[in-house]
Amino acid sequence: MSEQAISGWQAFSGVIRRDLTLAFRSPGQIVNPVAFYLMVASLFPLGIAPEEALLSRLAGGIVWIGALLAVLLSLDSLFRSDQEDGSLDQLLLSLHPLPLLVLAKITAHWLTSGLALIILAPVLALMLHLPAEAFPALMFSLLLGTPLLSLAGGIGAALTVRVQRGGLLLTLLSLPLYIPVLIFGTTAVQSAMDGMDYNGHLLWLGALLVLGICLAPLAIAASLRIVADG
Amino acid sequence: MNWTFFHKLGSPKWFYDISGRWLPWLATISALLMATGLTWGLLFAPPDYLQGNSYRIIFLHVPTAFLASAVYVMMACAGAVTLIWRVKLADVALKCMAPVGASFCLLALITGAIWGKPTWGTWWVWDARLTSVLILLFLYIGVIALRGAIRSTTTAAKACAVLSIVGVVNIPIIKFSVQWWNTLHQGATLKLTEKPAMAPEMLWPLLISILAFYLFFTAVLLLRMRTEILNRERRTQWVQQRLGG
Repeated sequence: MSEQAISGWQAFSGVIRRDLTLAFRSPGQIVNPVAFYLMVASLFPLGIAPEEALLSRLAGGIVWIGALLAVLLSLDSLFRSDQEDGSLDQLLLSLHPLPLLVLAKITAHWLTSGLALIILAPVLALMLHLPAEAFPALMFSLLLGTPLLSLAGGIGAALTVRVQRGGLLLTLLSLPLYIPVLIFGTTAVQSAMDGMDYNGHLLWLGALLVLGICLAPLAIAASLRIVADG
Repeated sequence: MNWTFFHKLGSPKWFYDISGRWLPWLATISALLMATGLTWGLLFAPPDYLQGNSYRIIFLHVPTAFLASAVYVMMACAGAVTLIWRVKLADVALKCMAPVGASFCLLALITGAIWGKPTWGTWWVWDARLTSVLILLFLYIGVIALRGAIRSTTTAAKACAVLSIVGVVNIPIIKFSVQWWNTLHQGATLKLTEKPAMAPEMLWPLLISILAFYLFFTAVLLLRMRTEILNRERRTQWVQQRLGG
């Protein structure tokens, strides 16, 4: 079957379906970041102090940092297994625009990492005594923020895909880009806890997300091509 | 338009020769200006009516902070030139700028902390300006680390170019952080569009030291680039001729 016969949308959904199938066939890929998330979040009360008043102040930040680290850990596998079995080269050779296919891979990554973390977040927030009025802010900020983590981290993952043991390097490249997202996410939660309007922070996250969806796939596609040439 | 100059500039050999002629002048002028600006600022400028003598660190802090972000923008421009026109020299510049820019960034943070202690009563606050400059330092570290991890020079060049361009999103955040958020850090000291709020006897030494630091940066950059060019072109005939080997 010639490749032109497939529309861009079919290629996009095909990549997503393939990545989701692969993820569900090796459940560790989904479960491990979630377990890591749970463990990191439980280190904070044990490491600092299990006092309710203190924890409720910190809860938003802990949930956010845990999510950020869990996404970061799952990023290494974003392109690496495809690179190892050669399917990344097939994506590069495809007649469909690479940024579109990259966006599909990022979407699949978010569905298997970010979304799972969001589902677990209220449970963790409850365990950390986050005040009830801050829950909507936490959930909305994670909903807007975690796709951004996948998009920005994808650039680092693409640049380090051929680097042996590139995990630490990937962290160094991605964390500076994550800090603004973390700041807007946690300040939204803080504002909600202080009884203030948090829409401004969410709008910022939304604006960054739009920027990320438009530009990050281009940067990731360019990075993949550069690294493949070398 | 005549592009010969641009293409000539892209040739490592031509650059090596011309920069060798510029370097002594740049170094001398920068040393003279730095001596003038810093002596004037540190010894002869009048003390501030509020901060006393502690304000004098601006003569180091402002130039290094200016350069910290300016060098990053230059690095991103060099990255764009690398990707678009494939000029090899642009990557040499990008590689040599990164550690210098990171040093200026670190110096800006350190001098800021030393100034912050007597003025704000604390070495460090997590305010928007300070945090965004810290992120800038992390971005520099990322570019340097990525360069070290990729063995092929051409791949490393393009990968670092992409990373530098992506990091540019942080520059407007630094620039406008003092306006967008209520920060402890004061607003811009110098504006192109307005009359400066500083007294001229403080402003002049500041302007001189800023110029001196820019020239110092250029001199250091040329020196590093010349070494890097020699290293990359070590197998060519012109390098062997010039080194007398």
